[in-house]
Amino acid sequence: MKSAPFDYVKPASLEEALELRRRHGADSAILAGGQSLIPDFNQRLRSAATVIDINGLSALSSIEESEDIVSLGAISRYREIQASTLIAEHAPLLKMAIPEIGSPAIRNRGTIGGSVSMADPGAELPACLCALGANFELARAGSKRMIAAQDFFTGRYETALDNDEILTRVDVPKSRIGFQSAFGEIARRKTGSAMCGVAAHGKATHQSIQDLKMVFFGIDETPILAVKTISVIEGSAINDVATAELAAALSDDLHPFDDLHCSAKLRMHYATVLTQRVLAQFVSAHGEV
Amino acid sequence: MTTDKRLISLSVNGELQAKIIEPRMSLADFLRIELELTGTHVGCESGVCGACTVNINGQTARACTMLAVQVEGDEVTTIEGASESGELLDLQDAFHARNALQCGFCTPGMLMMSAELLTQNSKPCRQEIREYLSGNYCRCTGYEAIIDAVETVSQTRNARVGEQYD
Repeated sequence: MKSAPFDYVKPASLEEALELRRRHGADSAILAGGQSLIPDFNQRLRSAATVIDINGLSALSSIEESEDIVSLGAISRYREIQASTLIAEHAPLLKMAIPEIGSPAIRNRGTIGGSVSMADPGAELPACLCALGANFELARAGSKRMIAAQDFFTGRYETALDNDEILTRVDVPKSRIGFQSAFGEIARRKTGSAMCGVAAHGKATHQSIQDLKMVFFGIDETPILAVKTISVIEGSAINDVATAELAAALSDDLHPFDDLHCSAKLRMHYATVLTQRVLAQFVSAHGEV
Repeated sequence: MTTDKRLISLSVNGELQAKIIEPRMSLADFLRIELELTGTHVGCESGVCGACTVNINGQTARACTMLAVQVEGDEVTTIEGASESGELLDLQDAFHARNALQCGFCTPGMLMMSAELLTQNSKPCRQEIREYLSGNYCRCTGYEAIIDAVETVSQTRNARVGEQYD
């Protein structure tokens, strides 16, 4: 199918983009990498009277660090994030996740801001950013605000972003000493949509994992912080987490959906499998226990 | 609803092109309809199948998930350009020799992706080839022959480089 008609504008500055967004509001769509938006247009799942192309805003494409934070401009592309030494050093979870996102041709174009704003329940980066405790900068003409990743995703393809706002920056806290990340995903093909995935970040010692954030995706409406599962893991010895207890906690935490690729029941099974894999990553990265 | 058409100019396979088009026209449709370069195939129109893969400024991209207005001023190479320049010749020969195509619908995309892989990684293992091409669907071959063909080209190119130093 083909997209419905729209007007196209490519602002030269963020101020201009925000003014266009203020003027067109709910009738506008922000075009970043376009790897989700254009397919939605083509399939007529979505339409907009005005498309605001932010690819000309070089201010939104940098990856920079301050003392505690790595800041990614909204149009940082997957390929650039994957190649970034700052990300490799301070937010390796993103590097673990990116090879699972789409074809390399998709990763050449797709952006972090686009993935976050689209809020596809199967997307990798929203879950990673929740696990890392990232914050998003949302700008509108004349003002901006920060919002925690965990508060941003409000539903399936729904976010806290208002119709007159543009997501401009993602701030990721640098990984602290002793902390490590783990990632797992099960899909029909390497680069396909997740049937279930998990992003985790925590502090492993010889005895246990503490300060754990474990966020599932591709299984529920939004990225889900698995609160009960985390408390089971944190309350157990690292090598001795009871499978039955985990499965019970996961079924409290998660409300899996059915789709063409996978039943809810199978998704739930994968959640258990992935939890075990993530625990194994923590153990092996921490050396022999 | 009507929208204003706009003039875009870009380089396609080394030739400057200027056309007046609707903003909603995808790059794939632009190449096929406006320039009659029908080697860029349109399968899913949602970035899933990879049949429309082209190269923009040295990187592969899906022509169905790009608007033609977005590539203003860019350099686009399609399967036609990459074939005429000869850069794909050994890959094309290897696909032919190994029966790595049947209907040929996916082949332009497979070749564009394989060419990019081999410029980034001159000795990919079979798993790396498989993963690099995993965003490209083939409904005929079962992929095995495609992986074989790319692997053969990688080995032949490396042997040729080796000879230069002998």
